[in-house]
Amino acid sequence: MKEFLLILFSVILIDNLVLSRFLGVCSFLGLTKNVKNAMGMSIAVIFVMLIATAVTYPIYWKILDPVGLGYLQTVVFILVIASAVQVLEAFIRKAFPPLYKAMGIYLPLITTNCAILGVMLINIQETYSFLAAMMSSLGAGVGYMLAMFLFAGVREKMEKADIPAFMEGLPSTLMAAAIVSVSFMGFKGVIENLFG
Amino acid sequence: MATKRSAGYELTKGIIKENPLLILMLGTCPALAVTTSAYNGLGMGIASTAVLLLSNVVISLLRKVIPEKIRIPAYITIIASLVTILHLLMQAYLYDLNKELGIFIPLITVNCIILGRAEAFANSHNVFTSALDGLGMGIGFTLALFAIGSLREILGAGTFFGVQMPWIQEDGLQPMMIFALPAGGFALYGIMVAITEKLNKHYYAQRPQRTLTRDRYPGSISERTDAVYDETEVLDGPRRSRTPALDAVPPAVKEPGAFAKKDEKPATKTESEENK
Repeated sequence: MKEFLLILFSVILIDNLVLSRFLGVCSFLGLTKNVKNAMGMSIAVIFVMLIATAVTYPIYWKILDPVGLGYLQTVVFILVIASAVQVLEAFIRKAFPPLYKAMGIYLPLITTNCAILGVMLINIQETYSFLAAMMSSLGAGVGYMLAMFLFAGVREKMEKADIPAFMEGLPSTLMAAAIVSVSFMGFKGVIENLFG
Repeated sequence: MATKRSAGYELTKGIIKENPLLILMLGTCPALAVTTSAYNGLGMGIASTAVLLLSNVVISLLRKVIPEKIRIPAYITIIASLVTILHLLMQAYLYDLNKELGIFIPLITVNCIILGRAEAFANSHNVFTSALDGLGMGIGFTLALFAIGSLREILGAGTFFGVQMPWIQEDGLQPMMIFALPAGGFALYGIMVAITEKLNKHYYAQRPQRTLTRDRYPGSISERTDAVYDETEVLDGPRRSRTPALDAVPPAVKEPGAFAKKDEKPATKTESEENK
């Protein structure tokens, strides 16, 4: 149990997906103009991340690895993710219309979001057990949500600020991201003290 | 993109005018993650250039064979196969660099530049022009990565390609650690984007040409987010704006003494009315 909690918290706070591993930076900069879009995208990412892990983990360890085709992981994973997203979108649209309304439009964006493929590859690289891999995916998704939520809040405030003309737009957004990233560095000692 | 342009133009446009990283903001993830040293930046840039060049050639050759509807999955499969070949080659011949770059080599597959160029250019141009475009864009990407990598290495670690800078001494100046950390990457990238944008505006204001702006670029951040915004509006009705519009603040408020003037005017009016 302690091992799972350690994975979960360190992935959320220390190895934050966006702010220290730089995965999914595109959506981090593009979809944080307001809190609502940021949350919708984050929920969709958590959902797809868990499903993709549940599918790709057995594929790698039960099919690809035993026959020595481990090097095909990139091709197989990206196809699995793309088709999983397609199936999921169709299923949710039919079965749960309110859920589709909340996160459906973000699903197509996720296929090319490097966060998903990145976490799948990390899970394989670290040779986690299945439960630990699911935990790491959940942590990555929650960490992504935390970063998106904080940053969307910062950007809403920034719209009222008076920014020098040459820094307007993306440059100032990137500077704000740098400051948010510094704030996450403060968590480093917390985990060490919590889990020894 | 209907107009015919010279081969030289296709090759050089990616370097400043449509630089994928600094102007079009494509491929931000590897740009921030692996640029902790000049060598890593250069390696990542060259790896991406190879994939970009080959994928442009292959997709351009197959552009009449691939059906319109399934083109995106087809492109992704082609790109993923090329990346797998590259990954295996790097494991064989550049083991150390491969270890440094880690998962960012397989992640070239989902780099927006490659899919973006396939969709925007290789899709509709012949093999030779597509190859030039891929090479030019790749060079632009490599130069940008190399610049960020060099700056971060010089400022953050005090070295350049492993050679120590002369001003870093035991009791003298120390390297600024912040630039080696993620935060420094974001900040430096922001500053570089601002400078490139300024230079671009300055340069092309004198020689007006048609440029692809970031907003119109297929696969760019803004295009995708705009699509999301449009769709949210359809689903939920028009959005309520959270922040006041810019014209909601009267321009006079910014000037000093604006309130004093406003208070005086009605006062004088009321006085004149009383006198009547």
